[in-house]
Amino acid sequence: MSTTTELTETTLLRFATAGSVDDGKSTLVGRLLHDSKSVLADQLEAVEHASRNRGQETPDLALLTDGLRAEREQGITIDVAYRYFATPKRRFILADTPGHVQYTRNMVTGASTAELTVILIDARNGVVEQTRRHAAVAALLRVPHVVLAVNKMDLVGYQESVFAAIAEEFTAYATELGVPEVTAIPISALAGDNVVEPSANMDWYGGPTVLEHLETVPVSHDLSHCHARLPVQYVIRPQTAEHPDYRGYAGQIAAGSFHVGEQITVLPSGRSTRIAGIDLLGEPVDVAWTTQSVTLLLEDDIDISRGDLIVPSKDAPPTTQDIEATVCHVADAPLTVGHRVLLKHGTRTVKAIVKDIPSRLTLDDLSLHPHPGQLVANDIGRVKIRTAEPLPVDSYADSRRTGSFILIDPSDGTTLTAGMVGESFASPEPVKDDSEDDGWDF
Amino acid sequence: MTTTVSTVEEGTHTPYALSHLDALESEAVHIFREVAGEFERPVILFSGGKDSIVMLHLALKAFAPAAVPFSLLHVDTGHNFPEVIEYRDRAVAKHGLRLHVASVQDYIDRGVLKERPDGTRNPLQTLPLTEKIQSEKFDAVFGGGRRDEEKARAKERVFSLRDEFSQWDPRRQRPELWNLYNGRHAPGEHVRVFPLSNWTELDVWQYIAREDIELPQIYFAHEREVFKRSGMWLTAGEWGGPKEGETVEKRLVRYRTVGDMSCTGAVDSDATTLEAVIAEIAASRLTERGATRADDKLSEAAMEDRKREGYF
Repeated sequence: MSTTTELTETTLLRFATAGSVDDGKSTLVGRLLHDSKSVLADQLEAVEHASRNRGQETPDLALLTDGLRAEREQGITIDVAYRYFATPKRRFILADTPGHVQYTRNMVTGASTAELTVILIDARNGVVEQTRRHAAVAALLRVPHVVLAVNKMDLVGYQESVFAAIAEEFTAYATELGVPEVTAIPISALAGDNVVEPSANMDWYGGPTVLEHLETVPVSHDLSHCHARLPVQYVIRPQTAEHPDYRGYAGQIAAGSFHVGEQITVLPSGRSTRIAGIDLLGEPVDVAWTTQSVTLLLEDDIDISRGDLIVPSKDAPPTTQDIEATVCHVADAPLTVGHRVLLKHGTRTVKAIVKDIPSRLTLDDLSLHPHPGQLVANDIGRVKIRTAEPLPVDSYADSRRTGSFILIDPSDGTTLTAGMVGESFASPEPVKDDSEDDGWDF
Repeated sequence: MTTTVSTVEEGTHTPYALSHLDALESEAVHIFREVAGEFERPVILFSGGKDSIVMLHLALKAFAPAAVPFSLLHVDTGHNFPEVIEYRDRAVAKHGLRLHVASVQDYIDRGVLKERPDGTRNPLQTLPLTEKIQSEKFDAVFGGGRRDEEKARAKERVFSLRDEFSQWDPRRQRPELWNLYNGRHAPGEHVRVFPLSNWTELDVWQYIAREDIELPQIYFAHEREVFKRSGMWLTAGEWGGPKEGETVEKRLVRYRTVGDMSCTGAVDSDATTLEAVIAEIAASRLTERGATRADDKLSEAAMEDRKREGYF
């Protein structure tokens, strides 16, 4: 049959956008969806119909993502909206997050699974408080790639100097926060400059368009630097005539890679054995890596159950009952010192108590407020937690999956707080020259 | 002008990147295993439609060589395509599964539910579904809903808490961070779980092709006697047939979705193979709901309203 490029398997990029309607975020998202032909005729018709009902002459592309009645009525985005689009090169999952200050929790949620964040700036206003907040969220959540989209270039005469000044100021700020990579792109979402097609109005810019960058940014890492981690989700024991003694430890590899023959240790018990086989959803393999879902077969029959963490014996994290972390409080009720909670880390949920809240952080200017007593919704702060059982935690800087946790209210199950173990921000990377790069990487 | 602090690792060459289908498959398997580890009585909503067939396939892979630790639940509108019911029963027998049926017809016969003037039974499924969940004490209910289907679904969580009336409150959803799903619920409450949240219609079809998954034949082009109502090609059956002025004709069609026969439309198609179906979808200018579901055309918030009341 006649194969089109759309039918082949591609890679997947999860990314987030942050910014407010005023920055043109909806226009940017609408254009990415529209120009990649991901908005289908009936959806566009529905948006046009709804826009007309509201007395608007042009279709309001924000209505594509504002899916809830309350959002449409109030003209605001309340919640993270997930959008899906594809080009022949890549599949995209976009977490479209509202940028208002009271919705920090949504930005944190969107950034938690993102490999890239697009931060929007209005070229006329430059770096503002909200921009600093968005950069801080990307830095806290250790999003590997940040794109600074300097929008509305058409309204500043497409001047290189305006773009360069904003890009330089932002990059300096983000670098200080430890953001490893910033790619600045001058765009006009409304006119379409440098979103999908290169701009005819900015000859001085030689870098990629937003879409080109999204299509080519690396989505995997050099795994040799990663600590291999497998949280055990489930023990598979068929106990059938065909498989009387099969015991497989099922889970999704959270970081790094495992290979057959490797010496592993099970935490928190500390027992060790070797990997006898790896079953990759029906296919035996010699090596498996993040984020594959696998079943490990081990040489010795040792006691392993859901909640345990399998790690290479030569690279085991320490276990601890005292955790220091940066958290974002996501619930309406406050988090207080002395709060008894459940802590979910990997596949293990344990009782815990909030021992101390040493400080609260203001994201706009990174000022610290010592001993706030409590954290309310959308607050970022430092906490000290004591757990009822020892946990094998990594620092979030080393492993986003095994360095993160959530706190849960034991009485009603509410998700209270998102936590990242260790220091809030990475130390700035030394400036290095990358001559291969032809983009405007600052 | 290129001052840089970037630490670009390997350029665009990504040796350890998973293909998009592998990434989506791994994520769905992870979700199935989390539910198996944290819940007492999970059940998979199984209609015999392609999304529920893909869910079952993923569940089988997640626990092999052991059996799937869940049963199946079919909410039967009574307006079924015979080919789909046949498929359902074959799948249940082949994998040694237990099938629960919640029957809309029973509720109508008992006078609990009344037939709607338009004859559509999709909105009537909510009560039998909710009562079956309560009487069987199911605590996790897998649905095949995808966020790309509809804009109210775009804000749905993977783990979605429902109260004892199965109601969904979009403003009280738990934020979902990393892949740390929170399945805590009180007695009487349950969690709807959507392992295909991040899949698109095209992903589902590509996966069906890659995994060589068998589907009911009505998903492929075939000659069928149909009549036009509200811009859709419907098939006559026990549920009813053409009214005055609606004429039956023979057309080459296929179904993009499978549901209540009275409001699920066929589309003109000559796609007789999986490859042809995928090419057709890749080129399509309509969403599958827009093309085939009369009930979603009712209002801007039709899906949100039904979801709030406990619909899938």
